[in-house]
Amino acid sequence: MATVHFTSNLRRHVDCPRVESTGGTVKSVLEGAFAANPQLRHYILDDQGALRKHMRILIDGEAISDRHHLSDIVKPTSQIWVMQALSGG
Amino acid sequence: MAPSVMVSTRKGLFEVAKGSRGWTVRDAHFLGDNVTLSLHDPRDGTDYAALNHGHFGIKLHRRDKGRKGWKEITTPAYPRKPETLVDLDGWGKPVTWSTQLIWALETGGPAQRGTLWAGTMPGGLFRSIDRGETWELMESLWRHPARNKWLGGGADIPGIHSICVDPREPDTIRIAVSCGGVWVTKNAGESWVQSAHGMRFDNGPPEEAGNPDVQDPHMMVQCASDPSTFWVQHHCGIWKSLNDGVTWSEVKAKPSSFGFAVAVHPKDPDTAWFVPGIKDEKRIPVGGSLVVTRTTDGGKTFKSLSKGLPQKHAYDVVFRHGLAVDATGKRLVMGSTTGNLWISENGGDAWKLVSSNLPQVYAVRWA
Repeated sequence: MATVHFTSNLRRHVDCPRVESTGGTVKSVLEGAFAANPQLRHYILDDQGALRKHMRILIDGEAISDRHHLSDIVKPTSQIWVMQALSGG
Repeated sequence: MAPSVMVSTRKGLFEVAKGSRGWTVRDAHFLGDNVTLSLHDPRDGTDYAALNHGHFGIKLHRRDKGRKGWKEITTPAYPRKPETLVDLDGWGKPVTWSTQLIWALETGGPAQRGTLWAGTMPGGLFRSIDRGETWELMESLWRHPARNKWLGGGADIPGIHSICVDPREPDTIRIAVSCGGVWVTKNAGESWVQSAHGMRFDNGPPEEAGNPDVQDPHMMVQCASDPSTFWVQHHCGIWKSLNDGVTWSEVKAKPSSFGFAVAVHPKDPDTAWFVPGIKDEKRIPVGGSLVVTRTTDGGKTFKSLSKGLPQKHAYDVVFRHGLAVDATGKRLVMGSTTGNLWISENGGDAWKLVSSNLPQVYAVRWA
């Protein structure tokens, strides 16, 4: 199973510890995480199901290329990081 | 219940109340987070707060009457955009079907307990009938062909910032859009017609100046006791309507008719307040003197009210939701972009500074 990590910035708003999730693509792995934690979905994806503008997902250190349909391939051993930029004053 | 104010700011939601030492900040919520709007529902005592987390999107929270804590509830969300649909705004830019700001939040009629209305960027109006547990997009407005003429003004995208639920008939609702004019439904959102006839913008093709679909009303309010009277602070001046928004006429004020906020006396349709600034490329108080202008004769004359407000090197801007009058018509609260908060208890004749070091104030509401 792939492991999905979330940043402490996100965990400030939603209780989302690291999770193990099955699936062959980013989308299916995230759906597994959302099934256990529905509130998490709209912190990461927008209304159209695309990755939010300032969010980034890394699979084993590489940024995903399909931000709209989240079709990038995930291996069973993959480490997935859900990250974001921070800005504002 | 003693009057209190909810102040939405760039760094949290603050509750202000009057005690033995006058008006003070009594409590703070969501510290560090961007709270863009709040709502107190007098029907059941519930409070609502809209947050913009930027990277993590727009969120809505609810606090039940008597409770200390807030609970995150459902945020209005847009349906999936059909893949083949070309949906452009008035600038010709693609419209993103995703909630980017909750810019208006109002209760339904007194007997419609649990009904809420939310206006958003990029221009969708939503209704909840269950205290924000679920939301329904008003498809008839969203799919109206004129919506593709709407465009962003100061913001990049259009949005609904004013919702007036008619006190005579709660299925009659008027909204104001920047920039998209004024729209009215008389059947709880099933159908909509444009209602900004008479408004005009400057600095454009003369033949387009009166096009209601692209007017930029900054804020619209309806008189509670005389609901046929509306006031609008428009990008290009002040307008009022005495016939339910069917037609609008311009009103001139000094030192300026430019501004964002407007409040109307709940018991006197001829009395309204504005916060003027130098139009529109500068947006600062005229001469560095912050004043509130008040008419008590339906806009024939205006008085500048400055007692208690800074008169030298003051560059406060009061956003569209930054001025509010209470149900008595006596108390006003005003918050500014530089974190100042004032309250008047005599209709604006004199103001008392509550705080000079709040974060940037987006919205104030009597609770």
